[in-house]
Amino acid sequence: MPLLEVNDLLMYYETDRGFVKAVDNVSFTVDKKESLGLAGESGCGKTSAALAILKLLPSNARIRGGKINFQGTNILELGDSDFRKKIRWKKISMIFQGAMNALHPTYNIGHQITEALLMHENISKKEALERAANLLELVGIESSKINRYPHELSGGMKQRAVAAMALACNPDMVIADEPTTALDVIVQAQVLKVMQELQRKLDLAWILISHDLSMIAETCTKVAIMYAGKIAEYGDVVSLYKEPLHPYTQALIAAFPSVMGKKTELASIPGFPPDLLVPPPGCRFHPRCPNAMDVCRKKDPVFVKGTGKDHWVSCFLF
Amino acid sequence: MFSVLKVNTMAKKESIKGDVCLEVHDLVKHYPIRLGFFKTLVSKDAPFVHAVDGVSFTIRIGEVFGLVGESGCGKTTTGRCVVRLIEPTKGRVVFKGKEILSLSLEREIRKLRRNMQIIFQDPYETLNPRMSIFDIVSEPLRIQKMCKTEEETSERVREALVDLDLVPPEEFLYRFPHELSGGQRQRVAIARAFVLKPELLVADEPVSMLDASIRSEVLKLLIGMQKKLHTSFLYITHDIALARHMCDYMAVMYLGKIVEQGRAEDLTQKALHPYTQALLAAVPVPDPTARRIEVVIKGEVPSAVNPPSGCRFHTRCPFVMPICSKEEPPLMEMEEERKVACWLHKK
Repeated sequence: MPLLEVNDLLMYYETDRGFVKAVDNVSFTVDKKESLGLAGESGCGKTSAALAILKLLPSNARIRGGKINFQGTNILELGDSDFRKKIRWKKISMIFQGAMNALHPTYNIGHQITEALLMHENISKKEALERAANLLELVGIESSKINRYPHELSGGMKQRAVAAMALACNPDMVIADEPTTALDVIVQAQVLKVMQELQRKLDLAWILISHDLSMIAETCTKVAIMYAGKIAEYGDVVSLYKEPLHPYTQALIAAFPSVMGKKTELASIPGFPPDLLVPPPGCRFHPRCPNAMDVCRKKDPVFVKGTGKDHWVSCFLF
Repeated sequence: MFSVLKVNTMAKKESIKGDVCLEVHDLVKHYPIRLGFFKTLVSKDAPFVHAVDGVSFTIRIGEVFGLVGESGCGKTTTGRCVVRLIEPTKGRVVFKGKEILSLSLEREIRKLRRNMQIIFQDPYETLNPRMSIFDIVSEPLRIQKMCKTEEETSERVREALVDLDLVPPEEFLYRFPHELSGGQRQRVAIARAFVLKPELLVADEPVSMLDASIRSEVLKLLIGMQKKLHTSFLYITHDIALARHMCDYMAVMYLGKIVEQGRAEDLTQKALHPYTQALLAAVPVPDPTARRIEVVIKGEVPSAVNPPSGCRFHTRCPFVMPICSKEEPPLMEMEEERKVACWLHKK
């Protein structure tokens, strides 16, 4: 049984102008110790899908269908307080986007890490502080820095402190939403390395949400490419990068410059992602697709098995 | 006979090199730090942030010159000093044979700016939300009094929009920035910079706020315009992989100094300075079979208030030697058009 199983998740945002179809029949599974990369452009619904797993959606979000099974229980059926007591942070935690700003500026980091511990576990403040110090060591910050305030830490350290917070209650799974966007390349490599080591040491499952395909290639074992609220292609990282099937995946991979090897021309995808209030009929990628056929404009493509062992693509070309 | 030959090769070399568009000599910018009242009485000299500390480079006509480095290395300050949006503390900037830092009259600077334009990072903040796209793109023309009639202005604005693939222009002219996507906004900002047909364009991280798929589209248009107008280009970025694809020539900055410079392809394929090597090793590659996150250097960039003595990189350098903390390495010429500031490469 996989650790997390998302089945046909359908989530709309209710707005004055109608429903924004942010997550539309999205399915994926994450096994124990596995890392899934959720990739796509901004506005493709990748963060919404993650927030749905943690039940942290804004008040205008409506889950219209689907199941999210975590260790066998459908968490969509759990009540809010049950979910908070049993799952959130204890089983699944999250590193939020822009973690640099996710820290409270007027509390020191020790306080902010212990807050989560005291909330979820029945321990004394002293024990909590001890554990917070250990957590900081784990992510590579000296425990003497426990009384520092966020403004006294560098960007990379803040990011690692937020990771320590996510690990506070020994979760089974961590969702990281663009964990390194605001960091420089060298610091980004340092943070990613720490995260990879943690995953190995603590047997964690990760979901890494990012628009940066090269980062996902380096850190994940499985990838789901999202476009306009739907998954376009899904598979293990090697077959997906070596033999991308969906025209969107192909273009997205070619759009990344490489530092080594032959200099190739950067590919671009003409046009813009669609407005999810009125998504295009048929395949949502057809207005920008170089291989669009008549059928793409009329019917929704279904998932077809690709070449790899667990490689699926949603495109009429196959 | 021999001398004639020599003269000929000299002339040939000159013509390959092309004419110089911009020369920057020993540019320095120090920002004073404001102290509290008590500290001003106690401390002897006021501290400075050494943002840019003696940077020199040349950009030839029609060349794309990349300035690469991490945040806080002074690349943006350098770019802004070049167009005189910031007054440098010291140094010379020569644009087409004209010393631009000695200009003092507003009129003269304005005339200069007709030929040098800048594109900023964030397309959400650089376009006035209350101005229509037509007003935004035509503003430089109006300020520079480039067009005599309304028709001419409108014609040039349309032309600029078409050049950046904002077609049909009628559809965009009377819209406002909030009605456009991020990629479209940045194209409007680029159209505004190109409408004057400048000879030098400074682009400060023009695509770092955009998604990957849109980024390459915008870059293609940008390079297309640069080729068409033969504009010289100072491209400021933190992304060395992107700089390799964009630039002809490249300089890597660390804590206010240039540590290495050379042709973009040489520099990325055969990096000499340990910092450049680390920067290249940290770039993730979109290829899962080539997994290699190697953290070559530890720690983070030191403070620019009290930069390390000697070579500024010595605190993080894996090849540090005794001389590195004592003496500052000069920017040494290794081969033609290739310079590096590192004691490892002293001949």
